[in-house]
Amino acid sequence: MSLKIIKAGIQDTVQDMGRYGYQSLGINPGGAMDRFSAQVANLLAGNKSDKAVIELYFPASVFLFKQPALIAISGADFSPSINGEKIPSNHPILVNKNSILQFHKTVKGARAYLAIYGGVEVPQWLNSSSTNLKAGIGGFSGRALQKEDEIKFNVSDRIADKIKEKEFYVLPWQADDNWGDTTGEVYVLPGTEWERLTSSSKENFVMTSYVITNQSDRMGYRLNNIPLNCMTNEEVISSAVSFGTIQLLPDGRLIIMMADHQTAGGYPRIAHVISAHHKKLAQMKAGDKIHFRITDHQNAEDLMIKQQQHLQQLQNACTFRLQEFFNR
Amino acid sequence: MNHPVLPYRIFPLGDSAITVDFGNCISEVINDEVIARFYQIQNNPLPGIIEVVPAYSSITVYYDVLRIKKKTPAEETAYDCVKQQLENLLRLSTEQRNNEKRLMKIPVCYDSEFATDIKQMAAVKKLSPDEIINIHTSKAYRVYMLGFLPGFTYMGEVDERITMPRKPQPVIITAGSVGIAGRQTGIYPLASPGGWQIIGRTPLRLTSLNPSEGGTSDDPENLTLLKAGDTVQFYSISRDEFENY
Repeated sequence: MSLKIIKAGIQDTVQDMGRYGYQSLGINPGGAMDRFSAQVANLLAGNKSDKAVIELYFPASVFLFKQPALIAISGADFSPSINGEKIPSNHPILVNKNSILQFHKTVKGARAYLAIYGGVEVPQWLNSSSTNLKAGIGGFSGRALQKEDEIKFNVSDRIADKIKEKEFYVLPWQADDNWGDTTGEVYVLPGTEWERLTSSSKENFVMTSYVITNQSDRMGYRLNNIPLNCMTNEEVISSAVSFGTIQLLPDGRLIIMMADHQTAGGYPRIAHVISAHHKKLAQMKAGDKIHFRITDHQNAEDLMIKQQQHLQQLQNACTFRLQEFFNR
Repeated sequence: MNHPVLPYRIFPLGDSAITVDFGNCISEVINDEVIARFYQIQNNPLPGIIEVVPAYSSITVYYDVLRIKKKTPAEETAYDCVKQQLENLLRLSTEQRNNEKRLMKIPVCYDSEFATDIKQMAAVKKLSPDEIINIHTSKAYRVYMLGFLPGFTYMGEVDERITMPRKPQPVIITAGSVGIAGRQTGIYPLASPGGWQIIGRTPLRLTSLNPSEGGTSDDPENLTLLKAGDTVQFYSISRDEFENY
């Protein structure tokens, strides 16, 4: 019935697609940083795409399966293993009870997603399973996973029937989690205060690569850009900011709002990272270089739709292959 | 009863949200309009709208691009579609809400142990802590918006004599702390890092978020004690009253 944490990671949390409808009360949406990979993991594990998953950072938790499960891991490659044997990301995997899942090193990316068939079971708070670390509510007890925690999930007899005596079994189909371009280029739409930037600052913004500093977390990424200048110091009265909003701080440096961003901000909104590139952004980490490129709404929406179509095709394929597998 | 529509700017907030700004300023008239528009859109939800977020002088509407694009021609963006619909809605006047503006009385203990920044502030402002307390409690404040933390209220405006800039670096602030930043005053509903100058603490609980603590259904009405548009009057209580509250 459960997945036990036998060693805690640095900040592994239960997340889903976010908690919407309460920002007017200051309650931010949160949710998975890389929603695309979270959805890929769910689909591979035979779930609807929006089920709750576990978001993992490296060093990640070590998990003990107390029951057989069907799982998938997507997003960052943290070199996962079961009982010491390396397993691939982006495949459905049957895991027998008493198996240990652990992660050995960062090969690429920043956040991995562990999906379990049936979804991890946590009480919903305001229609979402996402962990709000700041308020200490939602997800698993409102906090990151700790040693000895036991996360419940739905067990299916079909899984036990299929796995029999094996420790684990990797199903042969896989997803392309690298979908889309994987360069450091991140597309943005200009923000309301873009026009406040001096022309040399505008040029710098699009011509230069910026390094993500280690002051970066689920709330936001700070960049070490050379300070940008505005032509006016007119105050920006606090107003909504969104996942992907790039604000200009008083010292001229930039901060990109991420999943746990505040609901409102009072700094110039220079640009916004397009939704289709949130995945790319969420897999970047301190030290990585980011190169902004300006695009338009048409392109931003087209890319979002293509991404969704990719997920839809994956869902169709996964549903078909899993059914075939279980009926065999 | 109708009232004229205020002028506004409408602009995208990325590719999935749109902001209507009535003036980038702190004004009761504009904030009244914001709150009226917030309820107008909430009560007449357009298809594909995810949520509406009111601020001081703006509302932001989050929308579902994929849902909207299913029903719009290929050459029209979801943004254009939502913008058009919002502009139509903004042409309609809002119902004059029988603004029974709630007056909320909030007890605050200004004891020096809680008021971690009051001494420093008194020195800067050339006032005594008692004078700061008197000035802070001498007028009622409007709740302009909630944001930053669940249930955090942005209120204003404080008397010129007690305005203070934010601290350069945030510090850990205790739940219930009452602070000042510029001409704003506010209450931290939860313990959090923050940069406001802390002058007291309320024993009231400002949120009931946690279901296990007897809080909430999913009814947003019950999640926070204060809402945008409320009027708040602080009053001073003693340490004893605080402890026994």
